[in-house]
Amino acid sequence: MTTERTNTEPPYAGTPEPMPQRPRWLQAIRDTVTGLLGPFLAIVTALVVGALIMVFTDPDTLDAWSSFFSDPSAALDASWDLVYESYRALFDSSLGSPSAISRTLVQSTPLILVGLSVALAFRAGLFNIGGAGQLIAGATAAAWIGIHVDLPTVVHLPLAMAAGVAAGAFWGGIVGILKARTGAHEVITSIMLNFIALRLLDYALSTDTFKRPGRSDPISPEMPGSVRFPELGGEFDIHLGFPIALLVAFGCWWLLQRTTIGFRMRAVGANPHAAGYAGMGVAATTFLSMAIAGGLAGLGGTSILLGTTPRLTGGFFAAVGFDAIALALLGRANPAGVVGAGILFGALQAGATGMQAQTSTPIDIIFVIQALIILFVAAPALIRTIWRIDASRLGTGQRFSAGWGAS
Amino acid sequence: MTAVSDPPAAHTEAVENTGARRRAIVVAGLCIAVGLAVVVLFGMTATADQTSTLTLNPRGEDALPDLHIPTQIASFVLGLGAVALGVRAWRAVDPRITVYLGAAFGLFALALVIWAARDGTGAFYGLIAGSLQRSTPIALGAMAGLLCERTGVINIAIEGMMLASAFGAAITAAASGNLWVGLGCGVLTGAGFGAVHAVISIKYEVDQIVGGTFINIFALGMTSYLTARVLVEYPDLNQPGTFRPIDIPILSEIPFIGPLLFSQTIFGYLMFFFVFFLAWALFNTRWGLRVRSVGEHPRAADTVGINVFFIRYRNVIFGGMMAGLAGAWFTLGSAGRFDENMTNGKGFIALAAMIFGRWHPVGALTAALIFGFSEQLNDYLALLDTPIPSEFLLMAPYLVTLVVVAGLVGRPRVPAANGQVYRSGE
Amino acid sequence: MRVELRGITKRFPGVVANEEVDLTVEPGQVHALLGENGAGKSTLMNILYGLYRQTEGEILLDGVHTDLHSPADAIAAGIGMVHQHFMLVPVFTVAENVMLGVEPTSRAGVLDRASARQRVEELSHRHGLDVDPDALIEDLPVGIQQRVEILKALYREADCLILDEPTAVLTPTEIDDMLDIVRRLAEEGRSIIFISHKLREVRAIADTITVLRRGRVVETLTPDACDEQQLATAMVGRDVQLVVDRGEAAPAATVLRVTDLRVRDDRDQLAVAGISFDVRAGEIVAIAGVQGNGQSELIEGIVGLRRPTAGHVLLDGDDVTRATTARMVDLGVAHVPEDRQRDGLVGSFPVADNFVLNLTRREPFANGIRINRRAIREHAEQLVTDFDVRTSSVDTAVETLSGGNQQKVIVGREMSHAQRLLVLSQPTRGLDVGSIQYIHGRIVEARDAGLAVLLNSSELDEVLALADRIVVMYRGSLIGEMAGADATRESVGLLMAGATA
Repeated sequence: MTTERTNTEPPYAGTPEPMPQRPRWLQAIRDTVTGLLGPFLAIVTALVVGALIMVFTDPDTLDAWSSFFSDPSAALDASWDLVYESYRALFDSSLGSPSAISRTLVQSTPLILVGLSVALAFRAGLFNIGGAGQLIAGATAAAWIGIHVDLPTVVHLPLAMAAGVAAGAFWGGIVGILKARTGAHEVITSIMLNFIALRLLDYALSTDTFKRPGRSDPISPEMPGSVRFPELGGEFDIHLGFPIALLVAFGCWWLLQRTTIGFRMRAVGANPHAAGYAGMGVAATTFLSMAIAGGLAGLGGTSILLGTTPRLTGGFFAAVGFDAIALALLGRANPAGVVGAGILFGALQAGATGMQAQTSTPIDIIFVIQALIILFVAAPALIRTIWRIDASRLGTGQRFSAGWGAS
Repeated sequence: MTAVSDPPAAHTEAVENTGARRRAIVVAGLCIAVGLAVVVLFGMTATADQTSTLTLNPRGEDALPDLHIPTQIASFVLGLGAVALGVRAWRAVDPRITVYLGAAFGLFALALVIWAARDGTGAFYGLIAGSLQRSTPIALGAMAGLLCERTGVINIAIEGMMLASAFGAAITAAASGNLWVGLGCGVLTGAGFGAVHAVISIKYEVDQIVGGTFINIFALGMTSYLTARVLVEYPDLNQPGTFRPIDIPILSEIPFIGPLLFSQTIFGYLMFFFVFFLAWALFNTRWGLRVRSVGEHPRAADTVGINVFFIRYRNVIFGGMMAGLAGAWFTLGSAGRFDENMTNGKGFIALAAMIFGRWHPVGALTAALIFGFSEQLNDYLALLDTPIPSEFLLMAPYLVTLVVVAGLVGRPRVPAANGQVYRSGE
Repeated sequence: MRVELRGITKRFPGVVANEEVDLTVEPGQVHALLGENGAGKSTLMNILYGLYRQTEGEILLDGVHTDLHSPADAIAAGIGMVHQHFMLVPVFTVAENVMLGVEPTSRAGVLDRASARQRVEELSHRHGLDVDPDALIEDLPVGIQQRVEILKALYREADCLILDEPTAVLTPTEIDDMLDIVRRLAEEGRSIIFISHKLREVRAIADTITVLRRGRVVETLTPDACDEQQLATAMVGRDVQLVVDRGEAAPAATVLRVTDLRVRDDRDQLAVAGISFDVRAGEIVAIAGVQGNGQSELIEGIVGLRRPTAGHVLLDGDDVTRATTARMVDLGVAHVPEDRQRDGLVGSFPVADNFVLNLTRREPFANGIRINRRAIREHAEQLVTDFDVRTSSVDTAVETLSGGNQQKVIVGREMSHAQRLLVLSQPTRGLDVGSIQYIHGRIVEARDAGLAVLLNSSELDEVLALADRIVVMYRGSLIGEMAGADATRESVGLLMAGATA
């Protein structure tokens, strides 16, 4: 009962111990290191659990375990080999060579952008589970520009990106306006809008506007070269999308920490009552936050279309919307953290393909690991129990959502 | 904050009136619009000599004669019926005004069914039976959500729980060669995931939406992984077979109703049983009273000696079992095999049905039937070559849920403590 | 039942809430537990009710050592508690709330509503409580809800009844009824523990008074053996000066004029039913009244947080009835909200940011959309000194400060930008005496600096100490007005109870 505790606080407790003054930069470094401990342990734990799952679902390894008592080393060797080979292949094809690193960075681009969308909404007190719908909206709009407009790259590419941002912002804005005007919980509305977007995309791909001529399956024509992100050249073959994502991440940080809009968003996120009493316009801020978040997710969808996969397909990368939740949590809803988490997830996903090719470990184990990362980041107490470490060093779990419905 | 305890009576009434009035006007307007749409879209496009034929029997049977309906007249009658409902709604000051809207949409659906079968034969029985089939997992899933949320634990993990249970049921049924073993294991899988959800949201106090997201992604990843790892290698493990319908003597002989309601698989019977049992038990038993008190005001429950945590754990696990049953439907009641991501968003439709049904079992069943109908209508219309893109019908459940949560036709009443972590004294 | 607490100590991390508390309550007695907010009264009672577990000490019921691990244990032992915040499920009926936890059921757990209804009716009748068993809680006024809480305890045949601040939300008439009921329950042989910080009531009802301060028992006495001043001194630990040092007011031009204002509350009920009054520069006008008579809605209607449905708010003659909160801030209106943690501060933000919470639209704290962190910091450092806020730095999260220091942050922020009107709602609720005196002093200073000050307080002492003019609000209307100098406790109290002068 927290209220009880504040009440019992003796009135004379007003003077806290003066803290020993450390240089501020030193304190900042210490904070960063402690802040990284939780996510680091979460990742390690998830990889360990993932390894256990691999071992106990692999038929050959299980055979070795069945004769554990006669030949224990065989079981352990088989397990070790399986895990080692899988994770090594994962590492090699994500970070092992310049081309692998490029793949990782390219893969991480949409993850970072959609992750920023979720993170920004978190800071404004909103749980944006609607990244999937928003990125589909963005990609669809960008695809329309790509297919139906013919312009030189310098205009065409920015135009397509702008369309993607606008469509995503529109899709997110619906959630924002429903929340602001009627109090409808953003989780429910954005789940519903995700499915509506998926169906609309199916529909769009069945119309002549988006259908690839001569094909009956839901697929659009290839995007023309003039809207594609240009390659940057050099040893790493990454395209323009990645630096754009980094720039956007910086922009998010600047917006949140250095502008009055960000101040307002954070205040509404931390205490909407007080924000309202301070005259901040909670409804408008909520709408704006969801629209910006939607725009970021829309840009994320656009970056897939203009970068790695230059065509619309049914269900276009909807899963990225859920990956984004994991990495916003992992990055502690902080733009720099999201970039780090995005690169990590990019590496996992880029590496998974290689892993599946080189070993027989199915690519889907990556999603299990991602899910576990969500769990361990959200439940520091679990990590504490597993690793038996001091509670205060991990901080508490984040809380983003109240009950739904009437607010 | 309490207001003035007895404000002038005139004011109170005036205010209540404006709220109810506004809702009545919205509902009336929508009813009339729906009615006019029926008249214009269906009545005007049909010609006087067109007849719609609807079959009332399962394929291959002929207990009832086919219905022959003049399309245009039927459209006009149904359309004007909806308009009449709107006019009545305009005058009504009725808290259950949304019933009018439901009725109007019902008339619209009926008109569409008849209109689509103009100059042709529509399988009306097939449409209704198919709708019931499709709504079974949705209603069971909604019960899963409802059991959790009535105690104040948000459950967006119905999808994941169903998917995992579908897998668990299929593989165990195939391995044991016994469907009942599969069903039991499917329910146990659901219970297991329910227990996980309970532990992470009650004991570890993880944000319940984050916890639900974890389960959804985990279940999808894990079942896909295991499919690739196990089922692809041992395809025999993915051939569980399906439950056959159970005929209830005498009742199953009744035309239309008989084959529809009394010749279902075990899933259909269990679905109806649980829906009506829960609807009764929530409001008439000690269990129900305590469950609802924990969902509304856990601290009040705690201070009268009710163990909030126990009630939450128990219900979330029950909910998991219900999702397990729903999941088993996919493999043992319908497809006869497990496919990656085969629940394909049904868990979220179940969530929508629960919300649309305002956390009441019968309401959720109604919603599930509507959602099942809108899916089945899609097949029906496709057979009749009707130019309505299927995507829009498939979108309907999500759209109506949006409308409901936005409070456009009256705000649903959510369990007050939904999503809140409870900590006892220390 | 004879209830005996021996040497009860309760420690929370970093705080000792109760220390070595001894307390004996005899059957048939009303035993008052008196103390300031935060003196440890509620904690002690939560221990007796099994919600908390004592760190040390023991509980004896009728002389038998008893371990209470949960409310269920306490209820079984015959202890009932009426909590300060009612523990009622709003969507349940009275009967459902009363039977919850001890439901009469037929076989197989089916509720026997009829017998529960009947017992509720019977108990209600026997104790003169007059409660309809089928009414929904959310439709009942607070006074009746409290009776439902008492019914809950009686239904469980409680021999010992704990009443935690039972009068805080009641009107004076309801308080009188309440005290009658309590006296009758005691006469039937129950032991009653009556928690309060209101001296008058305690003296009126109690057979024995135990005063708690900072978690310890400082005195146990009988009402005849003491007067209010003595009790007050025991409660706060030094001679309390309830009078604020202040000179005559020098009211100048009218700053705020409210005419026939009507405001609706969250449930769309008319909470402010046509109110008119003025506040002039250089005077303090206090709105007195029992909580819940529309004062909060009135204040919110004035400062732009709630849109009035009729009437006007004029600021220096300009109509600002429809102005937003932000606009009101720009116009030099400052507002210290009633619920400081909920509405006044963003707890996780640093002290510095909280000092500019409603000022980020203006220079020098923002240039365009860019925030000027240095200006915010300097501003905060200045105010920390000016308002004597005890904090390790301006970067500390404001939620880690004590209640008094949090309130100083809000008062400091609002006074730093108040140009014309300063509105304060319950500015000292729950604060220690030192902070109260400090804040009272600053309010008088603000008045003397020429601000118009509107004070909303349900503490009669605060109203009498500060106000140059008092208006009394009752059921949404102003039913009396008087000069501060002429007001007495009795005259204002009568008006608060609804007696028109």
